[in-house]
Amino acid sequence: MKIAIPVNDKSMEASVCDSFGRTPYYLIYDTESNESVFLDNSAVASQGGAGIKAAQTVVDNKVNALLTPRCGENAAEVIKAANIQLYKTINDSLKDNIDAFNEGKLSLLEEIHAGFHGHGGR
Amino acid sequence: MKIAVLSGKGGTGKTLISVNLAASAKESIYIDCDVEEPNGHLFFKPENIQSEEISIKVPTVDEKLCNGCRKCIDFCKFNALAYIINKPKVFNEVCHSCGGCVLFCPEKALSEKEIIIGEIQSGISENVAVLTGILNAGEKSGIPIIKKLLKDTHENKFTFIDCPPGSACIVMDSIKDADYCILVAEPTLFGVHNLNMVYELVKLFNKPHGAVLNKCMEGENPSEKFCLEKDIKIIGKIPFEQELGTLNSKALVLVRQNNKYRDMFSSLLQIVTKEVQI
Repeated sequence: MKIAIPVNDKSMEASVCDSFGRTPYYLIYDTESNESVFLDNSAVASQGGAGIKAAQTVVDNKVNALLTPRCGENAAEVIKAANIQLYKTINDSLKDNIDAFNEGKLSLLEEIHAGFHGHGGR
Repeated sequence: MKIAVLSGKGGTGKTLISVNLAASAKESIYIDCDVEEPNGHLFFKPENIQSEEISIKVPTVDEKLCNGCRKCIDFCKFNALAYIINKPKVFNEVCHSCGGCVLFCPEKALSEKEIIIGEIQSGISENVAVLTGILNAGEKSGIPIIKKLLKDTHENKFTFIDCPPGSACIVMDSIKDADYCILVAEPTLFGVHNLNMVYELVKLFNKPHGAVLNKCMEGENPSEKFCLEKDIKIIGKIPFEQELGTLNSKALVLVRQNNKYRDMFSSLLQIVTKEVQI
């Protein structure tokens, strides 16, 4: 199974990024082959719609699940339309979250925020 | 002559000042650009109301024609389009209605459709033509309504623009064509912070401007101090008094009720007129 996680650096020691749409990188991880690929997030400096563009990257990489601490409504709509499962991370450690995912211990991300849309939240 | 009235936050006195200035002029136009919560009409109670629906254009996809080239998705710098399981998806509320995706689609799979986001109501209240912009609940941006509100204004008439609070895009569009900006400020430290927001905005836009200090009380006025420091001309002061507050809370136009307030706003209007002509 292929999973995507927003990360702050291109390393397995990196922390999980708090933002899905504006994260600097994504880890695309294959849970069967343990293969990891780090992608730049081209949406990081978007004027608007970063969540949509970021979600597009995740969709185009044909992952089965996205592990993230938070997700905005537009990004969630793209992710769900592509039938990708959305899970909530448990802490900021990549390893802990991958292990928890493999053991089936992650819960689905239910809380979708309204997005920040350049206004710092509402 | 277009005069915009703005402040960094709501409840400062924009509507009080723009409504009463408009009512003081012999003949004028009052435009409520606070489209998320317009309230000038509550004071003017305009008659003969005509309504006009305001719509925006957003792309719509014919999935049969789309070949998945993604030119539309790559073009849109607002990321209003995504491509999911072999079909494009449009996010209407992110779209800025530029029409570029429709132009770039080589398969003509995209076309424009109109969606209604609000309306403009126009009516008459004695000497004042009252225009009210109303954004439907849940819509993201009132800017198309403001653009339409300000499009057909007469140059030779006194026009008062009651702006939305703050200094965001929607306020920039409201003051863009104004000849003069009135900054309304409260006598508190928080008031100074809000005054500074709109002060920086009018400086950025190079707009002639002056401040009206509202809710003035005995003692120190931090906003007055700020105006003196920044060399902002104080064109008027409105006292914090019960009589004014009572009339205003009953949604009455002060200058139509009381000669004291008629004189106060007439002299403010004279000062503003002089300032614009300088």
